[in-house]
Formats: sequence, structure tokens, C-alpha cells
Amino acid sequence: MIERNVTIINNAGLHTRPAATIVKIASKYKSEFFLFKDGMNINGKSIIGVMTLAAEKGSHLTLTFDGIDEEQAAAEITDYFNRGFDEM
Amino acid sequence: MKKDQNKMLHGIASAPGVAIAKAHVYLKDREEIHDTSITDIDEAVRSLEDALSKSKKELLKIFGLAIDKLGEKRAAIFEAQLMILDDPILIANIIKRIREEKKIPEYIVDDEISKYQQLMNLSHETYMKERSHDIEDIKNRIIRNLRKKKWKSRIENDVIVVAHSISPSDTVLFSRVNVKAYLTDLGGLTSHASIVARSLNIPAVVGLHDATNLIENGDTVIIDGFHGEVIINPDEETLNKYQEKIDRLSRSDKELIELRDKPAITIDGKEIKLMANLDLNEEVELIFQNGVKGVGLVRTEQLFDEAESFPEEEEQYLYYKQLSEKIYPDTVIIRAFDIGGDKVLPVDLKEPNPFLGWRGVRLLLDNPNLFRTQIRAVLRASVNKNIKFMIPMVTELSEVRKFKQLLEECKLELKKEGLPFDKSMKIGVMIEIPSAAVMAKEFAEHVEFLSIGTNDLIQYLLAVDRGNEIVAPLYQEFHPAVVRTLSHIIKEGKKAKKLVSLCGEMSSDPVAIPLLIGLGLDSLSMSVSAVPIIKKVIRNVSYKDCKALAEKCLTLETELEINNKLHIFFTNNILSTSEDFLGEIQ
Repeated sequence: MIERNVTIINNAGLHTRPAATIVKIASKYKSEFFLFKDGMNINGKSIIGVMTLAAEKGSHLTLTFDGIDEEQAAAEITDYFNRGFDEM
Repeated sequence: MKKDQNKMLHGIASAPGVAIAKAHVYLKDREEIHDTSITDIDEAVRSLEDALSKSKKELLKIFGLAIDKLGEKRAAIFEAQLMILDDPILIANIIKRIREEKKIPEYIVDDEISKYQQLMNLSHETYMKERSHDIEDIKNRIIRNLRKKKWKSRIENDVIVVAHSISPSDTVLFSRVNVKAYLTDLGGLTSHASIVARSLNIPAVVGLHDATNLIENGDTVIIDGFHGEVIINPDEETLNKYQEKIDRLSRSDKELIELRDKPAITIDGKEIKLMANLDLNEEVELIFQNGVKGVGLVRTEQLFDEAESFPEEEEQYLYYKQLSEKIYPDTVIIRAFDIGGDKVLPVDLKEPNPFLGWRGVRLLLDNPNLFRTQIRAVLRASVNKNIKFMIPMVTELSEVRKFKQLLEECKLELKKEGLPFDKSMKIGVMIEIPSAAVMAKEFAEHVEFLSIGTNDLIQYLLAVDRGNEIVAPLYQEFHPAVVRTLSHIIKEGKKAKKLVSLCGEMSSDPVAIPLLIGLGLDSLSMSVSAVPIIKKVIRNVSYKDCKALAEKCLTLETELEINNKLHIFFTNNILSTSEDFLGEIQ
């Protein structure tokens, strides 16, 4: 299992569009993917789940990846967070 | 026995006009859901799958329409709804619960999705509550399809839509049929329903509280969008009275259409430039219908109001460019994002007093990257040389200086990149904060034009939040201080030989027009639908009389006196020369 800490850096935060993109990316991989924030543990392959996360600019999240392609999944999703969801 | 006749409701008059039609009560509420037990589990799962695929079909249709009407980015909200229908975790959970609990699928669907909504409602962020509404939409869609009910959002032609509130997806659907009027329980002048109704020229009354309870499907309803009145099941006498009103209005409408190509010129030959305030894309067409030639205010905030995020340079550029081409050769004045206050942005921002907080140019200068993106997009779109750019909410000169520096930097960048732009694009400021009004002279010296935003100016000058019902009566358009401040700004602007325009709601008020002309304004920008009426007013007054009226008003000491003065002038000079339409707005 891999664990990564990320910060939301784009102005608008984790709004609907990036939420959808994260789920789309996660769905390409076999690995399980979870997002942790404020005691909430959200399955990253569930759009409705990710949408319950109110993550504004500056929030910190922990991501976990578990499975045969966890390395690739972690790399791609962490990168998407670090790019500010391509809104920078 | 027929139900009560002539029941009258009062709401907020949010879009002008009169209509009579059958009511279509558009309810999203559904009947109660019981946790009824089932025996045939496989059948239940099958019906869930059917309902999901039916919902998907419906949503795809809306999604397509939304892309058409709103553009791809704003349609993203429907894409997320579509993904929910395919959410593996959610669907697996629902099916698992149906099998374990042996309850009807609609109960499980409701219970399971509501859990997520509760989480969203717990958040303090307003956008999370809106998100919860979106989820409500999709939840109800699935439940409705489970019950094999008809697509309720399909409405017939020529009805008055009565709804609790109107969402973006409703708007998309309604725009296809000939809706006669909108009535909503909730909402104010800035609600979605109001903005859409005004831009489509459809009468609307909002904030009726319980219209959806009091009006039944098929009831005949009269709506008077001038006065915010609604009459349910009118008797014959009332019906005739309003029918006559409609006939009169359509006659004066024709008269106003004839005015379309005539100039807005006073009896003694002073021409006033009439421009339009632009809200939605659709309004562009109305601009031509109403004979307006330029756009005095483009509210760019709308570009991301629904997208939930900042539009990129390319997207903005295309939007501004298309607009400038459509309006060419007339001018388009683009206002930089005026975010904050009532248009709160979904970022981590909680202000105790947003109207006195981080908004307009303050927010833009604190987010130079965001501001730069817009400046670059506007510059690139300015190649036809008919774009002007203005900055909202300035309070001090340093803000203009900082903006100009950013502008120069952007110009330099574009030059390096070899991208064309209008090197002498004119820039201006909104005068809507008292400090800027007092210093109108200095601001005028630093920019090429001033645009007075009366809504905020009055609010700040009188320290009255007009959204606050307790003090709303203190919001006085014609308070002597307001009239004198307007006079000061206009005088100083003219002394500096700069163009002064007014783009607040005051310019849509026929009674205010003689005063504004008399104070010396040469240019007014207003909601498109008000243009014909305003033109009519202008063509019936003389500049000389208006000037005398303004001079008199500047000596008066109470709003009551000024208000009376203006109404008497209006009655004597305009009402007497033109019968019906103007009478409606009194």
C-alpha cells in the first residue's frame, strides 16, 4: 500500500469537475484508492463519495493506493493534485 | 362549485409584462416513500437497473441540450450526475441492501443517496448545499423512473410555469417550449429564474412563498410582472380587464418596435447613447431586436458562476471575441470579474461582512494570475477595436495604477508572443463606492471613462443593504445625497473631458430618466428589455426642461420632494403624450 499527502492548491478547490476527473483516472486502475480528510474515508472510485468532500484551497488530504498497479495510480493522481487540477 | 375566484398573491416583480395562461405546477417533490418489503428480489434489482438506464437516457438528452445552450464547461454539472448513475460503489451498495433488507428499491435509493446529502449539508460551504440540490435532482430522477412515472419536466407549450424554484436543468428544458411566464415560491431579483426571465422577455413574479400550494395544474392564472401580482382563477370581469391590458401592451409593443430604428434623441435635439447591460448569451439577440447598438456592461462573473471554477484564457478569449464580433462596429464594455458580496465564490472565504470585504478589484489585485488571465483574454479579443475594459469597486487611485501596470505587462507579453491586440484599448472604472465618487476628478484623469454603478453606490452611500427587509425602505434611489453625488461625478468627469455613463438599475427606471439627462449624462446602459421604454421617454422630453428639473432637484432636501417632483414631471411631460405602456410602470 502506498500513502501520499497532498494539498489542494487551485483557487476553486475540489469542485465538481476535478472530482469527476479524479474518479475517471482512478477507475482506469485496478488498485483500491481512498481519500482521507477530517476523519472521512472516501472511496476514490465513487463520484458521489468524492463529491461529499468539501476541500477548499489549502486543505490537506491523505491518499492511499492498494493493488497491483498502485505505483502508477499513485503517480498519476498525485500529479493531478499537484498540477492544481490543471487550473493554475 | 368552482374554487375561490380572483385569489390574489403578491410577490417580487422580477420581469415585466402581463400574461394569462393555464398553470403548469412544476413540482419536484415526490410522494412519501415507505420501506415496503418485497419478495421478488431479482425483479426489484432488474427494475433498479431499468430505472438507472432510463435516467441515463434522460440525462444524456439534457446534457446535450445544456452543451448547446450553456457551453461545455457549464454543462459539466450534468456530466457528474451521469457519472453518479454509474457509480460502482453506490450502485453495488444499493443492490446489496435491496438483497439484504428486502425493501423496495426506491426506499433504499432514497435512504442511501440521502446519506451523502446529509454529509454535504453538514458543510458550512454554501456550494456544498447547492451540490446537495444537484444530488436531489438525480435521486428524484431515479425514484421517478423506478415508479415508471412520466418525465414530468416535459411541459406543454404556452403555460405559466409555477415552481418552488428553478434550477439550471429546468431552465435548459423550459427554454425549448413557449413558456408564458414564471412564478416561483423562492427567489429574489438575482435568482436564476429572474435573470433568465428578464433575458428572455418573459414576465415573472418570484418570492411568492406558497404559490405551488395555492395554484393547481390547469388553473387559469394572470400574472402581472410589473407589480408582482398573481391572480388565480380570475372571474370574467378581471379576465377581460387583463386581456385588455395585454392587448394594449401588444399595441404599445408595436409602437415601441417602430421606435427601434429611431434615435434616442430629445425634442430639442440632444442624443443620448443607449447601451445594454448583458447577462446571458441569449440576450445578444434581444439587443438587435430592441435597437440597441452597444453593450455598456458585460458581467463576466457569469462565465464561472455555473462552472464553479475560473474560466481559462482561451475560453474567455473566445467568449469576448464572439461578443465583440456580434456587436461590431458598436462598442462592448467588459467589466472585470466582480466577484464577492452576493456572488460569493466557492473558495475558502468566510467574511463577516462581504459587501465591505474582499470583492471587485481588491480580489483581482490579490489574485494577479486570475486577473492577468482575464486581461490577456480581453486584450486578445480587442483586435476589432470595439472593446473597452472597466474595473469594478475601485476605492483609491493606487488600484488604477496597479491595474495599469498589469495591463502594460500583459501587453508586453502578448507582443513578445506575437499575438495581436488593440494597443489603445480604452480603460475605465466603475464609480460605485463613495470614496471614488468624491474623487471622481482624480479617477477621471487616470482613465478614459467612468461608469456609475448606482445599485452599489446607493447602498454604500446610504449604508443600506437592500436585501435586508428590515432596512430596505431606507434604500432611496432619489435620496438628495444620491442626486447630488451623481451630479458631482458627472460634472467632474465632464470637466476632465471623459465619457461618463451610468449602468445601474436607475437607468431602467423611466421616471429617473429626465433627471439623469438633466444631470448631464450622455450615455446610459440598462437591461435590454427596458430600452424601448426609455427611448420613448427620451423622445418626449426636452433637454432644457430636464436640466431645469435636475437643477431644482439638487436644491431639494428630502427624497419625498424629489420623488414627487420627478413623478409630476413624468406625468406632465411623458404620460400625457403616450397612453398605455408607460402607465403600466407607474
